[in-house]
Amino acid sequence: MSRYKFNTQYKAVVIGGSAGSFQGITRILQALPSDFDLPIIMALHRLKHVRNGFEEALSIKSVKPVTEPFDKEQIKRGKVYLAPANYHMSVELGNTFALSTEEMVNNSRPSIDITLETAAYVYSTKLVGILLSGANKDGAWGMKKIKDRGGLTIVQEPSECMIDTMPTSALKITPIDHILKIDQIIEFLNELHKHTKQ
Amino acid sequence: MQDIEISDLRRITELIKETYNYDFTNYAMSSFKRRILRILELYKFGSVDLLIKRLKEDRAFFEEFLAELTVNVTEMFRDPSFWRELRDQIIPNILLNHNTISIWHAGCSSGEEVFSMAILLKEMGILDRSKIIATDIDKVILQRARSGVYALKNMELNEKNYIRYQGTSSLSNYFKEENGKAVMDKSLVEHVSFREHDLVQGMVFNKFDLILCRNVMIYFNQTLQNTVLKKLHESLFKYGYLIIGSKESLIWCEISNKFIVVNNEEKIYKKIKD
Ligand SMILES: C[S@@+](CC[C@H](N)C(=O)[O-])C[C@H]1O[C@@H](n2cnc3c(N)ncnc32)[C@H](O)[C@@H]1O
Repeated sequence: MSRYKFNTQYKAVVIGGSAGSFQGITRILQALPSDFDLPIIMALHRLKHVRNGFEEALSIKSVKPVTEPFDKEQIKRGKVYLAPANYHMSVELGNTFALSTEEMVNNSRPSIDITLETAAYVYSTKLVGILLSGANKDGAWGMKKIKDRGGLTIVQEPSECMIDTMPTSALKITPIDHILKIDQIIEFLNELHKHTKQ
Repeated sequence: MQDIEISDLRRITELIKETYNYDFTNYAMSSFKRRILRILELYKFGSVDLLIKRLKEDRAFFEEFLAELTVNVTEMFRDPSFWRELRDQIIPNILLNHNTISIWHAGCSSGEEVFSMAILLKEMGILDRSKIIATDIDKVILQRARSGVYALKNMELNEKNYIRYQGTSSLSNYFKEENGKAVMDKSLVEHVSFREHDLVQGMVFNKFDLILCRNVMIYFNQTLQNTVLKKLHESLFKYGYLIIGSKESLIWCEISNKFIVVNNEEKIYKKIKD
């Protein structure tokens, strides 16, 4: 028996992060099992007008290449996706991405809430949501949506965060399943991987 | 925030289609839903039924509704490297074969893209040899485009983009400050025709050397992208250029084989087959 609340076959993992999350993300991507089979969908706050470089920076140490999807690109198993600069990234019914240039949400574009909420809508119980360090409350509402729809929720242990506003905002508005340090999130993903392969 | 069902969205699109002859059936669901939710909140409609009632009874309201439904966020010289490519490669190429150049901005929003184009052409010394048509579905935003008056705070970003584009002047030479607003030099768009046009229901109305349709089709689902792309294709002269947004792609469209990729990074395509 796993100590995590796995109660279904998951279809995707979404990760949100902002200020102070880069290192954590890098460590997670570096420690992924090479045959990790679920799509990982990341919405991270980033410089709005720097189109290139972030994807590459994250890919350097990652076990899998990180790609910024095009509008209406099919979401594939085993891939790692990153919301592109200056676009919101939604998950659409039919398992594709949809990009948009709508107004900023929580002062952010990409907004973590938008990615999390649309993923929750499409994957409902079959989604794992992870929220890392960050300086604003973007992502909290999205985590609530994941929880409300029966998905599994994880936030980074606030004491380990460079800036803990993001995880603590989520903790305030919804019961979170697991509060974990980066090392434990890595362990969790390994367990999830075994669970997925069963 | 409340939630709404797909069936609610269907009821709204059906009513709009019947009453106003616009078809939003094949807009991308996730953003369409957010737009409707936003309108419910903005106008404090307690329910979808109340919105539908208002849409039925109040034709004047529909124009406002349409203005809120569409996503108008835009900027001047968005993706500066694209504008450089346009200036250094694409336009000189078009001018190899003819003396004049015809351009269509499909989904021009508040006109920043059109002013960028006019500035580019002016700095190349060919503005008076260019024929520009700029269209949008949204009447209200077209009016803003025609007026060429923008919030001063937006000009900061526009100037940054212009500098990264490496124009030959300074953006501040193209507008003046009046009452806390940036008022663009009207002579830039003297010969631009701003028109209402719906890419979904509208007809093909002309042929062009160059079409910009950037960040418009991302609001459509794949079915509608295919339909609209066919119209754009039809609106291009053979060997004309189509430009889409930097995160859009033609590769999964049915008629993508009628185009070749000229520049993948900047999303520049060329029509090679009728
Ligand atoms: C995000 S703006 C793009 C502005 C500019 N091209 C850019 O890339 O910055 C999208 C525009 O497409 C327009 N639009 C949406 N649906 C349309 C349709 N069916 N026909 C024409 N324009 C449409 C909207 O009104 C909006 O102004």
